Amino acid sequence: MSAAAHSHTVILAASSTTEHRPLIISLFAVFVAATLAITVWAGRQTKSASDFYAGGRQFTAFQNGLAVSGDYMSAASFLGIAGAIALFGYDGFLYSIGFLVAWLVALLLVAEPLRNSGRYTMGDVLAYRMRQRPVRTAAGVSTIVVSIFYLLAQMAGAGVLVALLLGITGDTGKVLIVALVGVLMILYVTIGGMKGTTWVQMVKAVLLIAGALLMTFMVLWKFDFNVSDLLGTAAEKSGHGTAFLEPGLKYGATGVSKLDFISLGIALVLGTAGLPHILIRFYTVPTAKAARKSVNWAIGIIGAFYLMTIALGFGAAALIGPDEIKAKNPAGNAAAPQLAEYLGGVGTTGGAVLLAVISAVAFATILAVVAGLTLASSSSFAHDIYANVIRRGKATEKEEMRAARWATVAIGIVSIALGAMARDLNVAGLVALAFAVAASANLPTILYSLFWKRFTTQGALWSIYGGLASSVFLVLFSPVVSGKASSMFPDVDFAWFPLENPGLISIPLGFLLGWIGSVVSKEEPDAGKYAELEVKSLTGTGAH
Amino acid sequence: MKTTAENTAPASRGESVATDAPPPPGSTDDSPAQPTTEAFVATQKSAEFAELRRSHRSFAFPLTIGFIAWYLLYVLLSSYAGDFMGATVFANFNVAFVFGLAQFATTFLIAWFYSRHAATKIDPKAEAIKSRLEADA
Repeated sequence: MSAAAHSHTVILAASSTTEHRPLIISLFAVFVAATLAITVWAGRQTKSASDFYAGGRQFTAFQNGLAVSGDYMSAASFLGIAGAIALFGYDGFLYSIGFLVAWLVALLLVAEPLRNSGRYTMGDVLAYRMRQRPVRTAAGVSTIVVSIFYLLAQMAGAGVLVALLLGITGDTGKVLIVALVGVLMILYVTIGGMKGTTWVQMVKAVLLIAGALLMTFMVLWKFDFNVSDLLGTAAEKSGHGTAFLEPGLKYGATGVSKLDFISLGIALVLGTAGLPHILIRFYTVPTAKAARKSVNWAIGIIGAFYLMTIALGFGAAALIGPDEIKAKNPAGNAAAPQLAEYLGGVGTTGGAVLLAVISAVAFATILAVVAGLTLASSSSFAHDIYANVIRRGKATEKEEMRAARWATVAIGIVSIALGAMARDLNVAGLVALAFAVAASANLPTILYSLFWKRFTTQGALWSIYGGLASSVFLVLFSPVVSGKASSMFPDVDFAWFPLENPGLISIPLGFLLGWIGSVVSKEEPDAGKYAELEVKSLTGTGAH
Repeated sequence: MKTTAENTAPASRGESVATDAPPPPGSTDDSPAQPTTEAFVATQKSAEFAELRRSHRSFAFPLTIGFIAWYLLYVLLSSYAGDFMGATVFANFNVAFVFGLAQFATTFLIAWFYSRHAATKIDPKAEAIKSRLEADA
């Protein structure tokens, strides 16, 4: 390593990773081979629709808690939050807090009733009391839109990893890795169904927690386990001083950015309980009590992980510094792998090994989450739209599962195409958009359906489509898509909506439309169906 | 699957009201026996069920409002009370940091608190209603 190379960190890292490319590729290959073996094994046991959609409902609360954590802690949590904290200090920490507190909505209001009254999809509960075909269609559309937003973020994370690891910065390499992720997720879901996906998510959760623990330990070791010292050094190295440890660095500049912070905060806390790929995980355990216990496990595991993001994010800021982080990826998505390389020793075999291990963990994270998202959207297509809308409830299990597998292939192809477009957006920010869409389109209908007697089909449709359309529409005309250097299309400017996250407007709108739609509706709510849903959801009578 | 006046009406407007595909012969479908709609309506009106509903709602609803308010307080203070949040508590730890950790602590506590309540106050009532309804089905 020449001294001159140090001024060109990007080139240096690229050449050092090139040396260790075989190691990195072997680790990836080991993970891919192991998960594919699990998938094939799970596929052999997948016979009925209940196996394919719900893993046979025989997972234990702890297993499902692990899998829920594996489904939830996405590239956004690992790469995105570490990067956001490393660049913006305290403001990045809001993600960790919002993502965790949100689980209480799922625990107190949604997980158990959903497990008791639904069967395979979110649409089962949304449409229970309503006219089936329109509401199932709406539930299917919103499931697919939310999942594709979320997929986009994971694909952006995959692109970052390959650029960092294989030293490829060109578009061809990125498109190749995005395509590889797409093909793998199609294989996991079509072959392994929910069983295979669940096991992949469990393995990934263990790997991610182990990787984060190792790095947290090493960061704290560097600071003699003095967290105050770590924060102080991060603040100093950031160039912002103590402001780095206070709220406001990213969101505090203007009145508009403060509103954006509030919008983000609301979207995070209300989004989780409306995410279809999380909700369908509750069908994999035998009872509502087991669903409650799995949420408790998930809160413990996810909470521990988010506490570690403090060490990872501030550690990256303190040990690497914002300039080098931005040089690798302007949105900070590369901070966690960069930190791994630093902790192992830049330019040494130790550094290369740790970088490879942590990147393989990040890769595993992405694969497990995209598998969950793909399963949720293809299940909803097959069960809600194909079986109940197109075939009017007359499709056989075999036909339904065949439709689910074809839908998986189609969604895989769409997400490969979209993933190639997702550039330097912070993946945590992208995921926050999916949270906003879920909180606007799904959560109001879930809560009204379960708890409000007067809710009607019209209310459900207004709320789902209104929340969905308003949130997507506002994102389209926000700085996320155009008008800024960091936008998806930086060269054009059609952004008239100032906030990056639409939640502040679209979530209340979703709730309001559900209420107005029901109140002005001419149709009487179906009292018999509500009795069925309410009694089932609270007692588990006749639960699948 | 039963037919009631309510769900034949929409069917005549061309809307399917079947909640699910009927189990095809020879499948490993996991549908248990279902009580009738009348049984569900009668249960929903019973005092026992009202008690169960109250046990859940009177606990979960106020607690939800409480933790969301507590979280929003944190978000609002972060936006509009920078000086307060930046005040040092000790060493390099400021109010914002402690507030953030407190959000973690309250989340763990509320999850534990709710689960204890559910296990002692909700589960036994739910179980009693469920066994009776399923025995009659």
